[in-house]
Amino acid sequence: MTNATIDRSVDRAPIPRATPSPIPFTRILWVELTKMFNTRSGLWLMVSIGLTALTATGAVILFASDSELTYDNFGAAIGFPMVVLLPVVAILSVTSEWSQRSGLTTFTLVPQRGRVIGGKLTVAVLVGAVSIVVALGIGALGNVVGSAIAGVDTVWDISMNQALSIVLANVLQLLIGFMLGVLIRNSAGALVAYFVYNFVLSTLAMLLATSQDWFRDLQPWVDFNFAQGALFDGGLTASEWAHLGTSGLIWLVAPLAVGLAMVMRSEVK
Amino acid sequence: MIDITALTRTYGGLRAVDDVTFSARPGRVTGFLGPNGAGKSTTMRVMVGLTPPTSGSATVLGRRHADLPNPGREVGVLLDASAQHAGRTGRETLKVAARTMGLPMSTVDDMLDTVSLTPKEAERRVKNYSLGMRQRLGIATALLGDPEVLILDEPANGLDPAGIRWMRDLLRGFANKGGTVLLSSHLLHEIEVIADDLVVIGQGRIVAQGTKDELLASAGTIVRAGDLIELGRALTGSGIHVVALGDDGYRAEAAPELVGKVAHAAGVPLHELRAADGAGLEEMFLELTAETSREGAAA
Repeated sequence: MTNATIDRSVDRAPIPRATPSPIPFTRILWVELTKMFNTRSGLWLMVSIGLTALTATGAVILFASDSELTYDNFGAAIGFPMVVLLPVVAILSVTSEWSQRSGLTTFTLVPQRGRVIGGKLTVAVLVGAVSIVVALGIGALGNVVGSAIAGVDTVWDISMNQALSIVLANVLQLLIGFMLGVLIRNSAGALVAYFVYNFVLSTLAMLLATSQDWFRDLQPWVDFNFAQGALFDGGLTASEWAHLGTSGLIWLVAPLAVGLAMVMRSEVK
Repeated sequence: MIDITALTRTYGGLRAVDDVTFSARPGRVTGFLGPNGAGKSTTMRVMVGLTPPTSGSATVLGRRHADLPNPGREVGVLLDASAQHAGRTGRETLKVAARTMGLPMSTVDDMLDTVSLTPKEAERRVKNYSLGMRQRLGIATALLGDPEVLILDEPANGLDPAGIRWMRDLLRGFANKGGTVLLSSHLLHEIEVIADDLVVIGQGRIVAQGTKDELLASAGTIVRAGDLIELGRALTGSGIHVVALGDDGYRAEAAPELVGKVAHAAGVPLHELRAADGAGLEEMFLELTAETSREGAAA
């Protein structure tokens, strides 16, 4: 290659520009939050969560007997669809980057994948925490309105401790969704895995525990679903915390670490 | 400015990119040419950090892409127009990119205008876009941050002739303002009309590179004559390499003046004598990539 022919380009060399300032993490958070809800699937997930929460509140008011019009029941009715559907939001926020291949743009604009994934994680946890607080709020409203309609005393049977446990349970579910998304990086695959993880595995573990003595003692330590169950019943005892920690290490922390390592190294195609 | 140095990327035993070195310079459009599966896209993915290299390096504006503080403001990238979230509208897609780069939302409307996507089209979800529209949206994303460097992989795919013309003018304007453009294609004709420099790649290796003028000149001379045997003997005798072109001519690897002189000295009347230019470049492209292309020696 000779230089004779490039001379004309030299006098057109670009004017030196100021180096742009780095992308702050708060901006990544805001972008990831937007991305969760500005797709068709994100939109409909939110709509369906809202609708099921409303339907559930209405159903409790209509069908529950007077003695069942308690805060606990309202909270559970609204919380359940959220606990099931919000992790799907977390899953899709990760997997769509691969399945929809939008990661090509995302990781080109922000090459530090850890920042993007960290942003998604933070947003997922925040959305989980905020939405369960909203659920408890709607539940409180339903409780007041429902008991007034039925003409019974309003029953407040969720303690602060219990409310915090429920928030934690919801956040854990979101983290499970997030973990499966990071590990599998395919929308359909991760969704199937999520339902297997939550509904098939817990049933299998239950069957195993009823038929095998040795597993019955082991179950709280290795069955993450089982250990989480205690969260919905209120404050955890020290051994219940130990169960949650141990089983969580196996079923959440370890696979998440593997998934994150894979995300950092894998090719984005 | 893009600098690729001794870049290699292997997949198992396959060397998808094999010791590739080239530069794309400011103020010029560099065409990255090669048959399907030659390693163009892999090289481009390494440039923007989506694929880690096995060895070697790729820098943009003197830095690794991952070290750019806000890459979208310095490098515009379009690797695959289909790689956009199908459930997001065109406008939302651009808004996400604009927000990531920290740009005002007004740039989104300006850019939609630049790539001729109507407000109505921008409200539709990408799922319903034609390939040409996706290509325009992808180019809009690449241009959004007003970058100094453009890296575009097969950007003309799916564009209609008017769209191709529009893109050619756009890239030319970008380079004329001092920008660096690297665009890949497997179609020589597409690249030939726009590129200043060419890098030809086949099976992961660079088979030719230089300015288009140089490569055109090296493409040689087309010469036709009645007595082909005598002409061939004379040219070869003068140390000029010839390649048969059909049954009445050669492509001689020398300037037309020299070929004419040799023919005259040998007393062979010529039917045609001209610089090979585009036709020669195409033949050279096929020849260079023949052993590496799927069709074998199709040339």
